[in-house]
Amino acid sequence: MELDPLLLSRLQFAFVVCFHAIFPVFTIGLATFIAFLEMLAFKTGNPAWTRLSRFWIQVFGVAFAMGVVSGIVMSFQFGTNWSNFSYAAANFIGPLLSYEVVTAFFLEAAFLGVLLFGRDKVPQGMHLFAACMVALGTFISAFWILAANSWMHTPVGTELMDGVFTVGSWSEAIFNPSFPYRFAHMVLASFLTGSFVVAGVSAWYLLVGREVEANRKALSMCLWLILFAAPTQAVIGDYHGLNTLQHQPMKVAAIEGNWETMQGMPLLLFAIPDQQAETNRFEIGIPKLGSLILTHDLNGEVPGLKEVAAEERPPVWIVFWAFRIMVGIGLLMIGCALAGLFLRAGGRYWRQPLFLNAMRLMTFSPFVAVLCGWIVTEVGRFPWLVYGQMSHIEGLTPSLSGGMVLFTLLGYITVYALIFSAGLYYLMLVLRAGIESIDHEETHDVERPKRPLSASHVSIEEGGH
Amino acid sequence: MYGIDLSIIWAGIIAFGIMMYVLMDGFDLGVGILFPFAPDEDARDVMMNSVAPVWDGNETWLILGGAGLLAAFPLVYSVLMPALYIGVFLLLAGLIFRGVAFEFRFKANTSRYLWNWSFAGGSMVAAFAQGAVVGAYIEGFNTVGRVYVGGPFDWITPFSMLTGAGLLAGYALLGSTWLILKTEGHIQDWAYRLAPWLLAVVLVVFGIVSVWTPWVDPSAFERWFSVIRLIWILPVLALFCAWQVLRGLRRRMAARPFIATMGMFAFTYLGLLVTKWPYVVPPNHTLWDAASDPGSQLFLLIGMLFVIPVILAYTAWTYWVFRGKVRVGEGYH
Repeated sequence: MELDPLLLSRLQFAFVVCFHAIFPVFTIGLATFIAFLEMLAFKTGNPAWTRLSRFWIQVFGVAFAMGVVSGIVMSFQFGTNWSNFSYAAANFIGPLLSYEVVTAFFLEAAFLGVLLFGRDKVPQGMHLFAACMVALGTFISAFWILAANSWMHTPVGTELMDGVFTVGSWSEAIFNPSFPYRFAHMVLASFLTGSFVVAGVSAWYLLVGREVEANRKALSMCLWLILFAAPTQAVIGDYHGLNTLQHQPMKVAAIEGNWETMQGMPLLLFAIPDQQAETNRFEIGIPKLGSLILTHDLNGEVPGLKEVAAEERPPVWIVFWAFRIMVGIGLLMIGCALAGLFLRAGGRYWRQPLFLNAMRLMTFSPFVAVLCGWIVTEVGRFPWLVYGQMSHIEGLTPSLSGGMVLFTLLGYITVYALIFSAGLYYLMLVLRAGIESIDHEETHDVERPKRPLSASHVSIEEGGH
Repeated sequence: MYGIDLSIIWAGIIAFGIMMYVLMDGFDLGVGILFPFAPDEDARDVMMNSVAPVWDGNETWLILGGAGLLAAFPLVYSVLMPALYIGVFLLLAGLIFRGVAFEFRFKANTSRYLWNWSFAGGSMVAAFAQGAVVGAYIEGFNTVGRVYVGGPFDWITPFSMLTGAGLLAGYALLGSTWLILKTEGHIQDWAYRLAPWLLAVVLVVFGIVSVWTPWVDPSAFERWFSVIRLIWILPVLALFCAWQVLRGLRRRMAARPFIATMGMFAFTYLGLLVTKWPYVVPPNHTLWDAASDPGSQLFLLIGMLFVIPVILAYTAWTYWVFRGKVRVGEGYH
């Protein structure tokens, strides 16, 4: 069998970027949560907020460290596997990625240390300020990355000449048409991820009756945030979809599993798209609802996949199903938020075991939703790397052979499996040790080298300390 | 607006960044290379503690250099990364393994030996890969137009394997002199015994590489034996530094071996730059061929002029905070 360097390179990029994305999407939300806790502790003086903050800062340290390690690999992927793209787009992508590195450095250098280790060494107001700056830093990092990514979806402000993009207008290229929607969608996704993880872990602690006072507060806070964020996310997602319909109609056609351009398109709930036969099997849909959502008109016209040649269509079933999983999880989230609101009466939300178990099970759902969302948008732009201007095959490294990529793909999978199972295992130990663990913290850590994981005092082996 | 040659400024920034990386990550990689040979587990604790607070700051220079290269000299990035494809993977895998060892070794008891190997093996692979990259760079890259057209293993040659071994020994020398500076007692004694041997290996390898270079790169011969005789000051200074290392070791001085080793590295590095100038993708492309659009270079330069002083100040502050000897039982518990 001939190994295809293009397919393998795409798989490798998808693998490393999915693995990486898990961590920042969580830490962006968690950083804001911690800043909130610090603010509440500062205003009310209630020690419960401080205890919660101390505990979640430990978790933040571990997740942040793993995000940094997996991020280093990302910055080399562009050159090794997509060198033609790197060369062509460097005038724009290069400075943006560099600014992201610089932002991340500032965050780590100046404020992360104070947040992780400075609680007893600086005034409380200063510590709160550091928490806010760390949160701000994560947003600025996301800003640069999403600006670069959005430009690849909706490239404006640049001119392609002799195989090289030059920047005509930085503001147009950075604030390109899909950027505001993608940024808002991603920030809310981070809030939801942070909230569901904290809520799920708190629910688990409440089920076994640990640190009830603090965990009840954390769960309540998260439920309020979810009540606001989950429905808002649905609205922003809708606007993001309209924006995509305008700029990348074939992606929307794949999302909807719509082959023919038509008026009054149904909304498909289930189907098995068949790329070869250019049709769907086992369709179940609601008439005209698709057109209503996309055009805000029951009989609005929606473009179908057959508008373009077969080789320019994205792989439909991946986009179709990834989208449905994402939206399905989104609806579950709204359901959780409403159930939480309903159970507020009489304070049942932190005592009702069924609800607590549901929240516990939802802990990992935001990660699945986020990855599915990225799969929809990235697979959906096939065959374009820079939409309409440079295809995947044009961006690939010319000297690459299938064997080389297979070697590194298997290599990255092995390295990540080893390293991140250790990381995730440790994270689980920190969570199992729980808030109580901060009572055992040693005090003589003045000379301790300041590493992200040093914020936690849990041993990697069970029973050790 | 573009009266100043931004490409020259950027070449200076990146050359400076790479030198900072080699000098600073060099000694903490060196500590990792020496790890399996340490006299005992206490010594390993001290060795790791001596670099734990600073190693990731040191690696910032690598990431900054990589991102800066993409932004300012995209051709270098888009030729070197494919040409060194396998090497880049080994380098990254090595850096990841040793990076996480810093985090986990102190959390582990029974599994500690695994993290010891992770730290040592990762450091060795990363150091060797970097040295091989230097060799491959001296030999040049097979390009047609702006694209690398060679094979995946072109960078693996007898010459590049020698430079890989040379940098492995060089980093180990930096590591051992760093330990002389930062430790005392039996660990320092061990480092004192080790350093002269490492110095001898480094000098032999550097000597062979210098003599061999004109054969793999004929333009190097021309550069060194033509009109510009002033550049001979660089190898002379490098050898003077080597002599200072030896003198410092003989007299059991604490700081001089380390400082002189850094000097050796710096002058050798400058010698390499002089050999290649102004080619950044040898043998065909100069730094002006490889440059990005002046608008892009300027856009990022504004940020860099603000950031680099902050990084330098922060780096200096970190080293100041963690100055002095590291002792057994201090640092991590």
